[in-house]
Amino acid sequence: MDMQPKKVGVLSCSGEAEAEGTICRNAVRLVMEKYRPDVVTTLCLPLYLAGDTGEREFAKKFPVISVDGCGKLCARRATEKYSGTVQDAIDLRALLEEWGVTEKLSRSHPGELEDKLAERLAAEIVKRIDAIIEDGKIVER
Amino acid sequence: MAKKVYVIPCSGIGKAAASVGREAMYRVVEELRPEVADTLCLSLLVMGDEEALEKIRKNYCISVDGCGKDCARKNIELSGGRLASSRRVHDVLKKHRDLQPEGVRDIGENGRKLAGLLADELAAEVDAATGGGE
Repeated sequence: MDMQPKKVGVLSCSGEAEAEGTICRNAVRLVMEKYRPDVVTTLCLPLYLAGDTGEREFAKKFPVISVDGCGKLCARRATEKYSGTVQDAIDLRALLEEWGVTEKLSRSHPGELEDKLAERLAAEIVKRIDAIIEDGKIVER
Repeated sequence: MAKKVYVIPCSGIGKAAASVGREAMYRVVEELRPEVADTLCLSLLVMGDEEALEKIRKNYCISVDGCGKDCARKNIELSGGRLASSRRVHDVLKKHRDLQPEGVRDIGENGRKLAGLLADELAAEVDAATGGGE
């Protein structure tokens, strides 16, 4: 990163086939819309392949937090493969285990439980964003 | 004839149209054609996941994109998938301009109606690819 970035990049896995993917996307949107609207930027993950080469500058331009729904870690691995190192990484399935969540989750009809988990994940993302800001890795406004 | 049809939406996180595409896909694979339609995470194609590649190469795929960047279609093509058809949410929206979706996390009533219309079209395309129908 040549110039000090102004935003933190938060990249969610696409995870359409998994309930955790839906929770990840919703959590990232919550952070963007509600909790840290001015400091977060994102990217649709498939643009690493389908976009022009500009998208591959993502991790060079911003410190990136990857948010993955399962152990395949597509967001983290795709960023590392196509763009650069990630600053921090979240694996929701590992977090769910840590939080003791064993209920079956819905990918298509998120209800009260999935919404609560999206909020909890959003709080975790915010914590990691704030740590990056405290480390002085982005220019504060 | 293909054994399964993979309905693969884009992962669009910035536009409500992408959420409409995902909602339409879920209706097809879970409610309208659960026996023959399925989905997979588009990011697996980005990563070159062997199991995912085998599925899209041995079966037909339908891409559903939420914007003109056509990530779903392009990733399927780049991965050597058998594309039966490709759809954009905006093509349906053009025919039903009163059904503007509200937001990314909640597409609202209009968005759900739009997703329903798109799902019906996708189900017909699944039938065409499999030679079947309800």
